Amino acid sequence: MFSLIRSMWLVFLHAFHKRDTYQYPEEKAPLPARWRGRIVLTRDPDGGERCVGCYLCAAACPVDCISLQAAEAPDGRRYPGFFRINFSRCIFCGFCEEACPTYAIQLIPDFEMAEYDRQNLVYEKDALLINSQGKYPGYNYYKVAGMSISGKEKGEAAREEPPVNVKSLLP
Amino acid sequence: MNYWWIIGGVLFVLLNTAAGLIWLERRMLALWQDRYGPNRAGPFGLFIVLADTLKLFFKEDWIPPFADKVVFVFAPAIVVASVLMSFTVIPFGPNIMVADLNIGLLFFLAMSSLGVYSIVLGGWASNNKYALLGAMRGASQMISYEVFMGMALMGVVILSGSFNLREIVEAQRKIWFIVPQFLGFVIFLIAGIAETHRLPFDIPEAESELVAGFHSEYSGMKFGMFFIGEYLGVTLISAMLVTLYCGGWLGPDFLPGVVWFVLKTFVFISLFILLRASMPRPRYDQLMEYGWKVLFPLSLLNLMATAAIVLSLK
Repeated sequence: MFSLIRSMWLVFLHAFHKRDTYQYPEEKAPLPARWRGRIVLTRDPDGGERCVGCYLCAAACPVDCISLQAAEAPDGRRYPGFFRINFSRCIFCGFCEEACPTYAIQLIPDFEMAEYDRQNLVYEKDALLINSQGKYPGYNYYKVAGMSISGKEKGEAAREEPPVNVKSLLP
Repeated sequence: MNYWWIIGGVLFVLLNTAAGLIWLERRMLALWQDRYGPNRAGPFGLFIVLADTLKLFFKEDWIPPFADKVVFVFAPAIVVASVLMSFTVIPFGPNIMVADLNIGLLFFLAMSSLGVYSIVLGGWASNNKYALLGAMRGASQMISYEVFMGMALMGVVILSGSFNLREIVEAQRKIWFIVPQFLGFVIFLIAGIAETHRLPFDIPEAESELVAGFHSEYSGMKFGMFFIGEYLGVTLISAMLVTLYCGGWLGPDFLPGVVWFVLKTFVFISLFILLRASMPRPRYDQLMEYGWKVLFPLSLLNLMATAAIVLSLK
């Protein structure tokens, strides 16, 4: 009997507690920096696209919501010809971000993507590509990878040595 | 002429109170659960009442093909009618009461007993096992708690020497009956909660076990009638607690009697909501055991002690 009255009293005291609710549209909940929300394609510090069209994100996607086609620029860089994410299928698991070898595809803290028309949830490349380096500022895939593109030969990247001429090692 | 004004006024206030309790209950529950509750539509979310009522009216009023149609339609009306009938004997103010019956208390007990019919008939006519189980529980719960509900009230009758509710209130001019009849007050409160089958004694409905209990098959405004009946029942028991134990309309003179009555009633309504916010539902057999083995002897004891003390003081 006493415990019942005590629990009633304790519940009554909650009248003077702070309320936990966020008044959502007016007052946004603080999202963690690593929140997995809307997917974006980022750029490298020079403003070029990071995506090299390797299809690893599309392969990793458990719901097959990513489709893209690789193309090659005259300077030897690969880029996605089209890049399409169907957000009505996306489950925001972040596997694409994990799979990406160039930090191009990233999930950002934004979830307010509601649409009246389902078709509007299919984002094309121009909607996905943002003018930012996202979570990895300063990272430039071509500056650290051993790829030869125009303006940068093999071995000229940072932390990289030029390839050894195997023939010069011959006795 | 004056008479009809009182009836109309009481009906108007009661039905609006019952509807307003939708809002009050949700806001109070939210307050005690650290939430806001409905706060969007209108000032403080008050228009949620309007929205809820409109929604109930526009819902499909469905009668299941396997139901006993006449009884099915009739049952929800009984609960509202019987509770509203009980209100006729309650003195809201010094001169504001619909019927000044000299057996007012007995009339209240009779009418609240009739309320059980709506549950039993509703559950039976639904032709659904969960509804029937709920109705069965409701019947046994209400009938067994009614026994000592009446028994607890006899203490008040002994002290005031009358079944007339107005005279019972007048008899509390010196001291509210909650002081000499505290045990009776507690027993009547518990029995009243069981009588209105509110939480924690909402065993006839018991969402977690019986879908929605006796009103599983009801929809639209027929469900709304059960809903309104429940809120009216809460108001009725609160009003009875005020009338019988807390001095009715009596209070300091700076406010009129009706205001004191309404204020006290709202305190008890809030208590009902607090109970809902804080209590777990007892098991069915625990409820019956608690009623018959604890409260029933206690109410008998209370009755006999009161009678002995009143007799020895004479």
